[in-house]
Parts: sequence; structure tokens; C-alpha cells
Amino acid sequence: MSVSAPDTDFALAAERCEPSDSPIIRAAARGLAPLIQVVGLYVFFHGHYSPGGGFQGGVLLAASFILLRLGFGLQQTQCVMPSHLTIPLSAVGGLIFLGTGFVALFCGGNFLDYSFLPVPGLKTAYIHNYAILFIEVGVTITVMATLVAIFDHLLDG
Amino acid sequence: MKLHQFLVLLAFAAVLTMAAFELPARGDAGSPANRASLERLVAGAHYISHAGRDAATPNMVTVILADYRSFDTLGETLVVFAGGIACLFILRRLKS
Repeated sequence: MSVSAPDTDFALAAERCEPSDSPIIRAAARGLAPLIQVVGLYVFFHGHYSPGGGFQGGVLLAASFILLRLGFGLQQTQCVMPSHLTIPLSAVGGLIFLGTGFVALFCGGNFLDYSFLPVPGLKTAYIHNYAILFIEVGVTITVMATLVAIFDHLLDG
Repeated sequence: MKLHQFLVLLAFAAVLTMAAFELPARGDAGSPANRASLERLVAGAHYISHAGRDAATPNMVTVILADYRSFDTLGETLVVFAGGIACLFILRRLKS
């Protein structure tokens, strides 16, 4: 079965994601991407103390990878974030969150009741603190990987 | 058929608008959702008074989002994941 119109569209889109001709765009992507990643990690880790958290941090990390894709093309940035790893990473993030819930469930609490997580030597409040950080890691990975996956599939089909 | 759908939409819009006008003012401490009475704490007052101690976290919003209401956040995460899967199936290059 041959569907001509979408195929040509995808081919055009894939051609469009060649490395950029402009050295300014390449230099900007090279310089800005690490900065955006640092800000993304800051927003993620500072979710405990200020506005921020997993969703926002994940979007910023995805923005840095997409900026690299725009500057250097899809092929050259595979080493930074491989296209075939995006959907599995997204699932891993969801599983981190779900797994935390199920560990609490199997240790005698309700689903996602962090008080029952088996962490020795920590006060209950601090178990909650680190469990929030842990599930936010899952949220961040899912959001970041999903956005990059959508971008890659828009380009590559 | 079109007029019928439009009237149903209009009726829903009217109901939602009426409900929105009945909402308490933002940050109203006396609203039922925030009012703490002697015999029991309702959700808003409970969060405000317990969030800092329960999770050792200064940001109340994070505690509500990821601790008290973590099941909701789990759902949001899985919605994002499902959106990615849906895009994969829609945008994937058709094998010719």
C-alpha cells in the first residue's frame, strides 16, 4: 500500500532537519543547550522550594534536546538523545512513578502512601520528601522523553 | 442536528457560567473548602496546617501535587505517556 502524499511530506520534513547552514544558529544551539539543561535541572530540583517540578523541568530538558536537533540535525544528535530510546524512556518514567506506588502498596500502606516505603533510618517526613523527589524524577523523564519522541516522529515518521 | 447540538452546548455553557459565578472568591478563608471548624479539618485547612510537617518540604503546592494528590499526578504522567504513544502511532511512517 503506497500513500504518496504523507510520505513526501515526511521526506521533506526529514530533509529539513539537516544540520543548520548558519554558524550563528549552530553556535547558539551549542552554547544555549547546556544552559537550558542546567536551568531545567534547577527547576526540577528546586520544585521543593519554589515554583517548579517535574513537568516544567522535563519540558526545559526536552527544549534543550530539540534545540540541539534544530541546530545539528537529527543524525548528529543521536548520541545525545537516541530516537529509539525516547518512548522506552517515557515508559520508564511512568514505571518509576507506578513502582513507587506499588512498593508502598506491598509494604502495607495504601497505593502511593509514602509513609510505608521501606527506607531505613529516615524520619517519615523525610521519606515523604525524598519520595516526592523520586516520583518527580519519573515525571521529568516521561515529559522530556515524550516531547522529544513527538518531535522525532514529526520529523522522521 | 447542528442546531440541536448547538442548543445543548449553549445549555452547558449557561450551567457552567452560573456555577462559576457561585464560586467563592479566590483565597477566601471563610469558604467551605478552607473553613476549619473545631470538630474537623476540611481539606484546604488540613493541607495548609500539615503540609510542612508531613513532608518536610516548604513548597505546599509540591506537597499537595506529589504527595496528597499523587494519584492525580500519576494520571497526568500517564496521560503524557499516552499522548506520546498516540503520536507514535499517528505519525509513524507507513510501511509501503
